[in-house]
Amino acid sequence: MATDPKDNTTLQLLHFTLQMADNALINGHRLSEWCGHGPVLEQDIALSNIALDHIGQARSLYQYAASICNGINSENRQHLFASTSLNQKISKGEMIDEDDLAYLRDAWDFRNVLLVEQPNTDWAFTVARSFYFDSFNFLFLSVLQNSSDSTIAAIAEKSLKEVNYHLRWSSEWIIRLGDGTTESHQRIQDALNDRWCFTGELFQATDADVAMNAQGVGVDISMIKQQWLEQIQSVLNEATLSLPTGVWMQEGGKQTRHSEHLGYLLAEMQFMQRAYPHMQW
Amino acid sequence: MTTKSFQEHFDKQIENEVSIEPRDWMPDDYRKTLIRQISQHAHSEIVGMLPEGNWITRAPSLRRKCVLLAKVQDEGGHGLYLYSAAETLGISRDEMIEQLHSGKAKYSSIFNYPTITWADMGAIGWLVDGAAIMNQVPLCRTSYGPYARAMVRVCKEESFHQRQGYEIMMTLANGTEVQKKMAQDALNRWWWPSIMMFGPSDADSPHTVQSMKWRIKRFSNDELRQKFIDVTVEQAKLIGLTVPDPDLKWNEATGHYDFGKINWDEFWNVVKGNGPCNKERLQARQKAWNDGAWVRDAAVAHAQKRKFKETPKSKSEAA
Amino acid sequence: MKNIFHRYGDYGDREAAGGENTHHDTSNEWPLWEVFIRSKAGLDHKHAGSLHAADANMAIENARDVYTRRMEGVSIWVVESKYVHASDPADAEMLYEPANDKIYRHPTFYNLPDELKHM
Repeated sequence: MATDPKDNTTLQLLHFTLQMADNALINGHRLSEWCGHGPVLEQDIALSNIALDHIGQARSLYQYAASICNGINSENRQHLFASTSLNQKISKGEMIDEDDLAYLRDAWDFRNVLLVEQPNTDWAFTVARSFYFDSFNFLFLSVLQNSSDSTIAAIAEKSLKEVNYHLRWSSEWIIRLGDGTTESHQRIQDALNDRWCFTGELFQATDADVAMNAQGVGVDISMIKQQWLEQIQSVLNEATLSLPTGVWMQEGGKQTRHSEHLGYLLAEMQFMQRAYPHMQW
Repeated sequence: MTTKSFQEHFDKQIENEVSIEPRDWMPDDYRKTLIRQISQHAHSEIVGMLPEGNWITRAPSLRRKCVLLAKVQDEGGHGLYLYSAAETLGISRDEMIEQLHSGKAKYSSIFNYPTITWADMGAIGWLVDGAAIMNQVPLCRTSYGPYARAMVRVCKEESFHQRQGYEIMMTLANGTEVQKKMAQDALNRWWWPSIMMFGPSDADSPHTVQSMKWRIKRFSNDELRQKFIDVTVEQAKLIGLTVPDPDLKWNEATGHYDFGKINWDEFWNVVKGNGPCNKERLQARQKAWNDGAWVRDAAVAHAQKRKFKETPKSKSEAA
Repeated sequence: MKNIFHRYGDYGDREAAGGENTHHDTSNEWPLWEVFIRSKAGLDHKHAGSLHAADANMAIENARDVYTRRMEGVSIWVVESKYVHASDPADAEMLYEPANDKIYRHPTFYNLPDELKHM
């Protein structure tokens, strides 16, 4: 098959799967940075649980993405990624796995939204980031569990149970901080305002989103935007916080154009695979 | 009952291996020793999250990343169980944390050594957790009920920790030249600190006799150390690693390994705060605690507001 | 009389714990909760341990995160530790020993012929 890979449904499915997988991995990685440094032991443990959920979801999705890659014919498989070490492996005819996708791609092959790669900064910024993302993720997965792709549907269904809890956790912290002390109110409002500009991208459909929605595999993300806003608004009301008013939205993550943060995150995360390549751990 | 008869009752409980429970009468020294021992143990779990936490973000595969995160999280859980056990003695967790941050309370010195390579995750799981288990299993039968119950839970969870550590070492030892070198290097650095974890020699351990009488310690430091060395040397052989002790030799007569002289100067120096990472470890704990103060305060403030809001509602419902 | 607010449930004597600790300000600490877990449907909730949380919701969630990481439970109860009332160990003789000689409450007290079935 020598068709242009851009028209190829398989390629769009791969990109769609990687969008989700990368969101899960980068988000999980960020949350795992809290381990051992949380404000109180119980919440340290809670956050590690959430991070483990995300990394677990990432693994399922990467395994699926790897099987999609491995199923593409060898000629088209050469051009799937920009990153050298992954391409070398593919051009040797080797099958790739979850770890190759996580550890051998550079930032320009990552498809996560900019929101999840933003640094933890402090508890308020972490909660704000999680709240925006969890609210989206919950609605997204609720629809996605009806995907016509049975693997995606199964992963979505399993993940949804976890994300339901994540959303409760982040919403409750929004309320606690918003309706807590004067200081916490100010801090969480600032964090929400600051991270607001990264929420537009959540609802921006990529080619992969459009193609997968047309196939019944994906989600019409424009449809869930209104629900997302209502959900956010209702939690913010209870938290005595206001919905940020900024209109300028950052974008690019889903198109593999990232903020500077991702490069540092990957440099750390991929250190072992880069320094000691081609080994089993 | 008079204090004397209280004491007699307590002694009888101890002698008959009956657990002491929080509201039972106990000698002040017993209570204080327990608070010191349990909180020190809890602090070790919490500070112990840091050296391994270093590598969560750098774990070489997604599987290793999950395992390590779950393991470090477990240590947090173990700290929590132990703080809870100490709290039944009448001290609050915040007080214990203050004692840690002020330097008044100690934690296991082993965590003042740096984790330099990935192989250190293997060495810590295998050696440090291995040594900890040697110490902890007998404590499941310690005389103080809440402590014993906490230790049962800890030991149940801990068993995966040592296995995952050994698995890391085994993978490295079966790997490439550089991986073998990494594994041996980690063993070289962690061996001696691990065997020092059992504490000073019995001759220099003045509290041992009393603690054993109270059954809050069930074997002496030297007994446990010997047991650890005997099993660990065999485990090292199994994966082709060399224990860094030229004097190590099997002794037919005793049925144990003889081992070289332990550098107690180093041990006491690290205890005193001169280890490679003492400052960093304590600063990391203080920073987490101080940075979290506004978060903890907010949660308390919110809970109070909510209680206040809900009170009149429930009253009107009742009316 | 000793401050009873520091002696609830399974908690020991705060004053006996000693010295400077007695004057520690605990007002801003998250309260302590006792956690009870039902390991599977059909069984009782059993005391699992304790933890700190700012409110009941958080206590349940913290209990889930701390005490059910290995599929230990299907249901959680939490109660703020200060609301647990406990019997005094000093009353143990009075409370529990009188039952010792009432062995006729146990089925094994009764000597019946082996031929007797279904009883």
